[in-house]
Amino acid sequence: MNTEISRRRILQMLSVCGLTLALPGMSARAASRRREERPKSLITLWMNGGMSQLETWDPHPGTPTGGEVKEISTSAKDMRISEMLPQLAEQMHLCTLIRSLTSKEGDHERGSAFVKTGYRPEPTLKYPTLGAIAAHELPDPKIEIPQHVALATGGFVTPEGGYLGNEWDAFRVFSPGDGLSNLKSFVSKERQIDRLKGLSVVSKQFESNRQFGATRTLHQNTLDRALTMMSSEQLKAFELAAEPATVKKAYGDTSFGKGCLVARRLVEVGVRSIEVNLSGFDTHVSNHEGHITQTKILDPAIATLLKELKERDLLDSTIVLCMSEFGRTPSINPAGGRDHWPNWFSCMIAGGGFREGTVIGATPSDLPKPSSNMKMMAGGKTGGPEDPIQVPELYATIMAAMGIDARKEIMTPIGRPIRFADATPSARLLKDDVAAKVVKS
Amino acid sequence: MRAIVVLFAVSVVILALKVVEVAGRIDHRPAPPAAIAAEQQLADAVSRLNAEFQKQWQAENVQPAAFADDLTVLRRLSQALFGTVPSLEDIRRFEADEQPDRIDRWVVDMLRDSRYSDYFAERLARSLVGVEGGPFIIFRRDRMTAWLADQLRKDASWCDMTKELIAAEGLWTDSPAANFITIARQDDETINVNKLAGRSVRTFLGQRIDCAQCHDHPFDQQWKQHHFEGLAAFFCQAGVTFGGVTDRRLDDKKQKVVYRVVDPGKEESEARIIPEAVPFNSEWLPAEGGLRHRLAEWITHKDNRRYERAIANRVWGFMFGKPLHEPVDDLPHPVDGEQDALDILGQEFRARGDRLSVLIRMIALSDTFRLSSESSATDESDYQTQVDAWCTFPLVRLRPEQVIGSLFQAAHIRTIDQNSNLIARAQKFGNENDFLNEYGDMGDDELLQQVGTIPQALLRMNGRFSSELSKAELLTAAGQILDFSPNDEAVVENSYLTCLARRPSDKEKDYFVAMLDKTYEAAAKKREASPGTPEMDPKPDRSRAEVVQDIFWMLFNSPEFSWNH
Repeated sequence: MNTEISRRRILQMLSVCGLTLALPGMSARAASRRREERPKSLITLWMNGGMSQLETWDPHPGTPTGGEVKEISTSAKDMRISEMLPQLAEQMHLCTLIRSLTSKEGDHERGSAFVKTGYRPEPTLKYPTLGAIAAHELPDPKIEIPQHVALATGGFVTPEGGYLGNEWDAFRVFSPGDGLSNLKSFVSKERQIDRLKGLSVVSKQFESNRQFGATRTLHQNTLDRALTMMSSEQLKAFELAAEPATVKKAYGDTSFGKGCLVARRLVEVGVRSIEVNLSGFDTHVSNHEGHITQTKILDPAIATLLKELKERDLLDSTIVLCMSEFGRTPSINPAGGRDHWPNWFSCMIAGGGFREGTVIGATPSDLPKPSSNMKMMAGGKTGGPEDPIQVPELYATIMAAMGIDARKEIMTPIGRPIRFADATPSARLLKDDVAAKVVKS
Repeated sequence: MRAIVVLFAVSVVILALKVVEVAGRIDHRPAPPAAIAAEQQLADAVSRLNAEFQKQWQAENVQPAAFADDLTVLRRLSQALFGTVPSLEDIRRFEADEQPDRIDRWVVDMLRDSRYSDYFAERLARSLVGVEGGPFIIFRRDRMTAWLADQLRKDASWCDMTKELIAAEGLWTDSPAANFITIARQDDETINVNKLAGRSVRTFLGQRIDCAQCHDHPFDQQWKQHHFEGLAAFFCQAGVTFGGVTDRRLDDKKQKVVYRVVDPGKEESEARIIPEAVPFNSEWLPAEGGLRHRLAEWITHKDNRRYERAIANRVWGFMFGKPLHEPVDDLPHPVDGEQDALDILGQEFRARGDRLSVLIRMIALSDTFRLSSESSATDESDYQTQVDAWCTFPLVRLRPEQVIGSLFQAAHIRTIDQNSNLIARAQKFGNENDFLNEYGDMGDDELLQQVGTIPQALLRMNGRFSSELSKAELLTAAGQILDFSPNDEAVVENSYLTCLARRPSDKEKDYFVAMLDKTYEAAAKKREASPGTPEMDPKPDRSRAEVVQDIFWMLFNSPEFSWNH
């Protein structure tokens, strides 16, 4: 039995049921627009568990903190990264490395909440993640599928709308490229149409004498959007069948690799923000070996993603951010592991007007004194990275590059107005021409 | 052949053991008889509460909505106390009860049902320990929830429960209240006193002073940073050892353990010593006893209005899905000489042994709880005025477990409770967990007003739960309604009662009876009755079972099903 419902049938169905949703046009494909004319998208590659900066972006070989890792040169002048990322090394001329992010949150859940939102978690208010803000602020009526998507979802904090409302939570896809659940009806299209007609009879009864209350529930609106999504051609962006085998192989036959490929396809359709999750970085034991395993998954996927976005002329309009809830300790514990280290850690950012082939910040090669962790947590000045970048500052800059006013205040459910980012954008992270446009002096 | 028989027998035994194991997990406690104090006469208390709302409505010049019918009220009670729609079995029993005070007697019966204690315990646990996983091994949410359920079954005093939580000692398994403390243990093995201070004030006093941890409250001049620090100091001696939670009054140097705060940028040697202190009415603080005991006595002191107002507001939120004051834990300061509905609830609660059952019954019997959710508003602002004045019952999205609880109950004619068969209970257990994983959890913010999401709509429409639970089969509600209803009108009516706890309007009934009239079976019957008549209707393509399944699907997906009204 064919349970697919064509778009035409859906339109018929909605008009029969008297539903009023204005369906967006289907012809415009975001990918047909390129470069600056194209609205910006954000891909966050989330390294869940706390990626070690020392085994990836900020190696210190031959020093007391270095461990066994070696460094390699990259396509960017004077930029060296871990030998564990050889494919990515060839794309680093597209990237900015920030080696001086700082945080005070050394717990996975709190650290993730801080790094994903730019605000330290507090019990009385949930902040929206960066991706939710982007989707909320830059809606595109032509997009029939969710504008905020989490692929290979997992981790301590899923990307969510927080005080913006749960309608901005990420649409979660647990196994990218393997089909989506709950998008096909169990019954034939004729039967589905009859069901929707009957549903509208029941709904209208409820709405009679509850006109204003029923409208506020947004129940019908949500249902309409779900039905539109079920019949949307744009859903194909979640499928990988049309991708050549060589491309799939280049990303890697892993959930994360498939997620990165789906992310590229979603960007082409015009989806605003996508997070791809890679878990397994919490290497308290055998850190070096753990990172070898993880980077074998990460390296081909991220390198191919950057390469493809560049080749398809999409990198100017897509920000790719690779980060983690914190870094790992400069010292190596007796189990060969590195523990949580929020005092300084790294992230990689590419595209969307960010500088290329640039390194910001530097970290010490000496082992910190035993008490310095506690002091750092208490805000003490016990050394730290050079040229530190705060997470809110980074997010304010990303928002500026995307055309979002980071200082915009939203009245939250607890009656407090809150800014999207409690910082101002940083011109030094952006290309000069972009900074001149988006960063006010 | 013999091997097959043996294999079959072994499989049956394994299956039986599995069923017993799952059933044991569902209902692992022997349920002692519930001790709800039904003898409490609440008529005067409820009149006070009603008069307070009448006064407000008159002052604001708004007209309350008409009363909803009793079945609607039963649905509200069932959602609030059990987390499900009422079963068809209960609806029939309720309608057959023609004795006076039907609602009050039913509320008391519901409070004696273990579904109430189990469900309310889950909801209370969220306000006490949130939804986070907590420290490995030393935090046992299941023990905490089981303890709360036991207390509710005993109709225990909320003051006693509060004291036991704040001053808990012992192992997280043997003394489950200790989990209130163990959840605050940090990686460095110390207790996060700030977390406990903030949580205690939010949960037990209904106010938010968390931001005063770092600075004076920006909007509330009454909360200063030193207030927060003074409260946090009451937890500074708490610790978790192999023996469980205990207070460590002296350190290794035999010095009194005190609360030390190292300010940002300062050295350890520059730490400030913070003495324990309460932010107001220090005369309520006992001079003797352990720090946490003293704090618990101060919080629950009989003159501490914040305490009774906080729990009254939370229970109101559980009953309506929306607290009287939002957010639930950000109440305004009580004003001397003034009283509102929360004070009335609180005073009656205090006068009757501070039992939650008193609050629940008072709210359930109040006029406000009985108002219809239908509104006479002529525009959006008029409606907002009515909502703000509580003169119409609020439309509130049901919590995820209420949605799956209702789906599962509506798939059965009989009540699913501790007396149901093991298979039904095992099915419920498995379904609930799977559904909640997909539908999403509201976390600590369970009383925050939210709308539904697209993934939730997709799950309700196309998920396996609504598909399987709407099937018209031998043991499902849809199947039994189809098989045992005397006619098509009864099929439609019983489907509505089972899913929505109401009867269909004439228009709805006509619509769905007409659908049943276009089935294979109806066509065959017509042919049999008039063999010579030419076929007039278009050829049916559906069976009656499929149509009843469709009706259940439509009702499951209606706004009425997933909203409290």
